[in-house]
Amino acid sequence: MDALFTPFQFEFFRNGTMAAVLVGGLCGLIGVYIVLRSMSYIGHGLSHAVFGGAVVAFVMQQSFYVGAGLWGFVAALLINQTVRRTRINADAAIGVITTASFAVGVALISRYRRFTQSFDAALFGNILGVTRTDLLVIACITAIVLVVILLLYKQLLFTTFDAEVAQVYGVPTNWVETWFALALAAAIIASIQIMGVTMIAAALVVPAITARLLTDSFHRMIALSTGLGAFTGLLGMYLSFYVDVSSGATIVLLQAFLFCLALATLARRRAGRLLQTDV
Amino acid sequence: MKPLVEFQNVMFGYSARPVLEDVSLHLHPGQFAALVGPSGAGKTTLLKLILRLLRPVRGQVYYRDTPPLRLAYVPQLETVDWNFPVTTEEVVLMGITQRSGRWPWPQKADRHRASAILDQLEIADLAHRHIRDLSGGQQQRVFLARALIAEPELLVLDEPTNGVDMRSAENIFHQLAHLNLNGMTILLTTHDLNMAAAHIPWVVCLNQRIIAQGVPEAVFTETILSETYRGEMLVIRQDSHIFVQQRPHGHTYRDLIADPVAGGLPDHDVADGMAAADGVLPVEMKEKDGRAVHTFPV
Repeated sequence: MDALFTPFQFEFFRNGTMAAVLVGGLCGLIGVYIVLRSMSYIGHGLSHAVFGGAVVAFVMQQSFYVGAGLWGFVAALLINQTVRRTRINADAAIGVITTASFAVGVALISRYRRFTQSFDAALFGNILGVTRTDLLVIACITAIVLVVILLLYKQLLFTTFDAEVAQVYGVPTNWVETWFALALAAAIIASIQIMGVTMIAAALVVPAITARLLTDSFHRMIALSTGLGAFTGLLGMYLSFYVDVSSGATIVLLQAFLFCLALATLARRRAGRLLQTDV
Repeated sequence: MKPLVEFQNVMFGYSARPVLEDVSLHLHPGQFAALVGPSGAGKTTLLKLILRLLRPVRGQVYYRDTPPLRLAYVPQLETVDWNFPVTTEEVVLMGITQRSGRWPWPQKADRHRASAILDQLEIADLAHRHIRDLSGGQQQRVFLARALIAEPELLVLDEPTNGVDMRSAENIFHQLAHLNLNGMTILLTTHDLNMAAAHIPWVVCLNQRIIAQGVPEAVFTETILSETYRGEMLVIRQDSHIFVQQRPHGHTYRDLIADPVAGGLPDHDVADGMAAADGVLPVEMKEKDGRAVHTFPV
């Protein structure tokens, strides 16, 4: 029994696990809106855009959170407005805006070679290097995003379902979109050090898709996706300690495994229903 | 009486292509009107101008400003994302998003109100069903319920009978007539000219510009409809009823096949549909390749 709690003796593991649970839940929550808006690629793109902002902040000797946060927010807003106001599809808008932002980061790195290594963590995640301050920032961001989502729950639901009709019924869709872009950018900033640019997309999309397979109700999808994100954060951290594999990758692999399990369960249930109909 | 909405010489277009030209229109309180015209005539665009989703390129749209006009909109069913995870009740409650409390979950009073409206539309038992699992007529009533919970003065519907069977369409028109009798102003678009002739007291014929407007008896003439649809229209008046059909141009199947059965059509094609549609009963039934084959009198 003691062996089960062994990892928790280490502060780096305790901090990392708490961060993974918070970030997992946060990505699961935001991911529902991303999946239902058919913007799955935004997690991938925005995390790259944020990387550009982080490099700019480093060059200007500003806080990582301020630089990456502002950059991410502006990019998310630009994507939303480009999609709403032009005939450009979401995937194309994400592709143009975020890769341009990422390219700014890469260009600056190649110009100022001295900090190449410190950005490895941003690219691939460094969950074991989470400090108490990082944890505090992540907890604050998670709490703020949670409050925003709860306060705008109905407006976000209607805007995600049909933004045009929501406008007719008096929903201030532009404000709702702006707050959502802010929440999304904040979630990515909170996640970038834990999951890394390369893993965020999966953390945003996989729990939400898995939840969608399991329910037809919006509020149940929200609860399931958030729960799955947090649970895989905890279990993934734990497994990564014993199998000695990167924590971010373990969390994402676990999420992918649960997705396959949900898919198989659904296929079995459908086959069962067909058999019943035949009888 | 001051109109709820007034269009004055409105022009609208996408890019360089004009969709609406010189449209002048009044919508008075208590009016029940239908916009008719071919696809691409600008019906949905006109509705979106009324709903303030679009702004005219030229001309003015005036709204009654005190008190502010309460609008509700029922969009075309084709525009709905049927895979979105929402139940009937969740959709209906969207109609009062701005009026219900700050909490994410619905208040008891709101749920009661939603339930009463669903009951009025005879779909109360479907409150917890996913919207994809409903029939076309039921789906249309769900979106009507969402509009009604908002207690609008002006209800705007875009092709409310599209994709629903004739009986459901009839029911929808009856429900709308009932709402109109209780004082609600209603504007809808429809392709169903016969339903419009039977149920709607004011018709606006539109094809980029307003061709004519008035009571169906005055507007549904061969000349006006032919100009609206840019095709030859047939109007049949019988007692107090008006029936409209596009006059077939070119040939019909009767011109090509004088005798569809003896003309070499396979038995199972006949059995599957043609004769059944004419209400002809089969006189003989036999098995062919494991399928029941009906032969009909010619």
